[in-house]
Amino acid sequence: MTLRMTLAASAASLCYASVVLAGPQAEVLHWWTSGGEARAVAVLQEEFSARGGTWTDMPVAGGGGDAAMTALRARVLSGNAPTAVQLKGPAIQEWYEEGVLADISSVAEAQGWADILPASIAGHMQCDGVWCAAPVNVHRVDWVWANKSIIEAHGIAMPTTWDEFNAAAEKLQAAGITPLAHGGQSWQDATVFETVVLGLGGPDFFRSALVDLDMDALTSDTMKAVFDQMRTLRGFVDSNFSGRDWNLATAMVMNGEAAFQIMGDWAKGEFLAAGKVPGEDFLCASTPGDGYLYNVDSFAMFSVSGDDNIAGQNLLAELIVGESFQKVFNLNKGSIPVRADVALDEFDSCAVLSANDMVATAEAGSLLPSYAHGMALRGAQAGAITDVVTAHFNSDMSADDAVRMLADAVANSL
Amino acid sequence: MRWLERHVPKLVLAPSFIAVLIFVYGFIGWTAWISFTRSRLLPNYDIVGTIQYQRLFASPRWEVALNNLFVFGVLFIGISMILGLLLAIFLDQKIRTEGVLRTIYLYPMALSLIVTGTAWKWMLNPGLGIEAMVRGWGFENFRFDWITDPKMAIYTIVIAGVWQASGFVMALFLAGLRSVDGEIIKAAQVDGIPTHRIYTAIIIPSMAPIFLSAFIVLAHLAIKSFDLVIALTGGGPGYATDLPATYMYAMAFSRGDIGQAAASAMVMMMIVFAIVVPYLYSELRSKHD
Repeated sequence: MTLRMTLAASAASLCYASVVLAGPQAEVLHWWTSGGEARAVAVLQEEFSARGGTWTDMPVAGGGGDAAMTALRARVLSGNAPTAVQLKGPAIQEWYEEGVLADISSVAEAQGWADILPASIAGHMQCDGVWCAAPVNVHRVDWVWANKSIIEAHGIAMPTTWDEFNAAAEKLQAAGITPLAHGGQSWQDATVFETVVLGLGGPDFFRSALVDLDMDALTSDTMKAVFDQMRTLRGFVDSNFSGRDWNLATAMVMNGEAAFQIMGDWAKGEFLAAGKVPGEDFLCASTPGDGYLYNVDSFAMFSVSGDDNIAGQNLLAELIVGESFQKVFNLNKGSIPVRADVALDEFDSCAVLSANDMVATAEAGSLLPSYAHGMALRGAQAGAITDVVTAHFNSDMSADDAVRMLADAVANSL
Repeated sequence: MRWLERHVPKLVLAPSFIAVLIFVYGFIGWTAWISFTRSRLLPNYDIVGTIQYQRLFASPRWEVALNNLFVFGVLFIGISMILGLLLAIFLDQKIRTEGVLRTIYLYPMALSLIVTGTAWKWMLNPGLGIEAMVRGWGFENFRFDWITDPKMAIYTIVIAGVWQASGFVMALFLAGLRSVDGEIIKAAQVDGIPTHRIYTAIIIPSMAPIFLSAFIVLAHLAIKSFDLVIALTGGGPGYATDLPATYMYAMAFSRGDIGQAAASAMVMMMIVFAIVVPYLYSELRSKHD
């Protein structure tokens, strides 16, 4: 009798325990492990727990996400995918085609994502018309950063055309200052390249060349002019640039060794961390030309089973796009909220400029995905273009040869 | 009992044999299969023919990687062997501090290639390393910026590789020199043969097997070189110092192009076979003789 009662009691307590555990569950794979990024992701974790969820953190550092992707591949192949994975751009659709992503349209529709997200960014979050990912932030890529005291001392204003940039750079070079701080890593070469494509070719040319991979655009005279401008920029870089990390290039601008850097707004984080004030110590402006190149981080939602996991997934999606997370996260990360209705009082002047430009370019149709940061093209095609860009930048290849190689490389990668 | 006695060796070896069968040959077969598919992000098992190999050999980056392997392999193996042999001969002159010198020369081998690569990266950096130092001495026009020059960068990898490996080759050769029968050398000295002739005509020819071992060790080091390139140049400037191994890594892990990575891995394996199979053949034949 007592035994039976004990059994019944323990069975009841087991049931109770499982009821307690059945709150929303989420296992999140990401590679935000360094300072500001880790703080930013901790914000999400706290909000998730505050809503009764259980967060299983799966940070995989290293290789700019390469290590995380290897871990993800192993998890998916073994049929045990995490709830949400930090993925971006066409990689989301690539995983969707493998048939492993979940449909979170119910959350997206309840929260009205279609109305609050810019249309071109919303497009990345949808797979065949259903919502499959949640956007976290917007990094602008086409920034030029400048050391204010240097350029003022030489009577230079922030350049609005590439010709102005070249003239300013020659003036600085004559004065013995490195005009352009740059690190010779292929992705940095690609970052500069795409801003030149946007500046010289305009938004429509950018779209046909680097999004649609139109062969006529890739081999056009405009593209040759882009490579010629890259050759000119190569002359504005110091002789030590090979292999330099981007943050060291930012430090050169900060310390007055160089005047300009072309880099996404994660560079702003370096300036701010060093106690520099935008508008006083350093200046930010979009690179010459119209348009806006975005790099949007997002979480792709993978198919999971069990009500607690699905509840966790939906809660996570809701929180990620929610106003409070968008604000706190992006203040920590240095990017801007992906929704336009977040108050920008606490953001710095560069972020406000970025947010206003995002709204304006979204209306003008020149809000474009960054190719250098994996937003516009799949890995194989983007990599093929980067190979040509970096080979041209680091050699004496002519623009004609570069354009020919570009067409061959793109064709070969399809 | 006797059955057990007869079969114990087989039973003991069976697990490792099975493991090797699956994890080496099984996965070689899997990679070969994948190299004939259009796998991108995840493996896909529909065979579509040799498209990945066509793409591979149409890729200028792969061409650079293969050329670099050739340049690096020939120079790395050649210079390491010559330097190693010279060091071994000099150390073999019954000098007083041989033990200390031998340790010094052998020490680079104890370092990881990542450490070697990072240290040489700093030394070769024109703004921090050798160039800056010599300029600091007053030679303002001194230039040593190979690491930033796409045409010369591969030679910086040779420098670092030779620095790392030649001490090890020296140790191999030193052992070889010591194993030559002292009676023959004494007989040659009695006959009044000059020392350099003793080396070229007697000692070195009798060390042929050591040369072969050193060659095989260095050749496989050269082909699988990956960490040295990653630490020293990161494959740059551009992709000027890419080797097949770094190409394969980029395709498999950064670009989601597994089929392409598998094809490059198969080609790398064939290069290794082209070197190792003649060696194994000659080894096995000499056992039979």
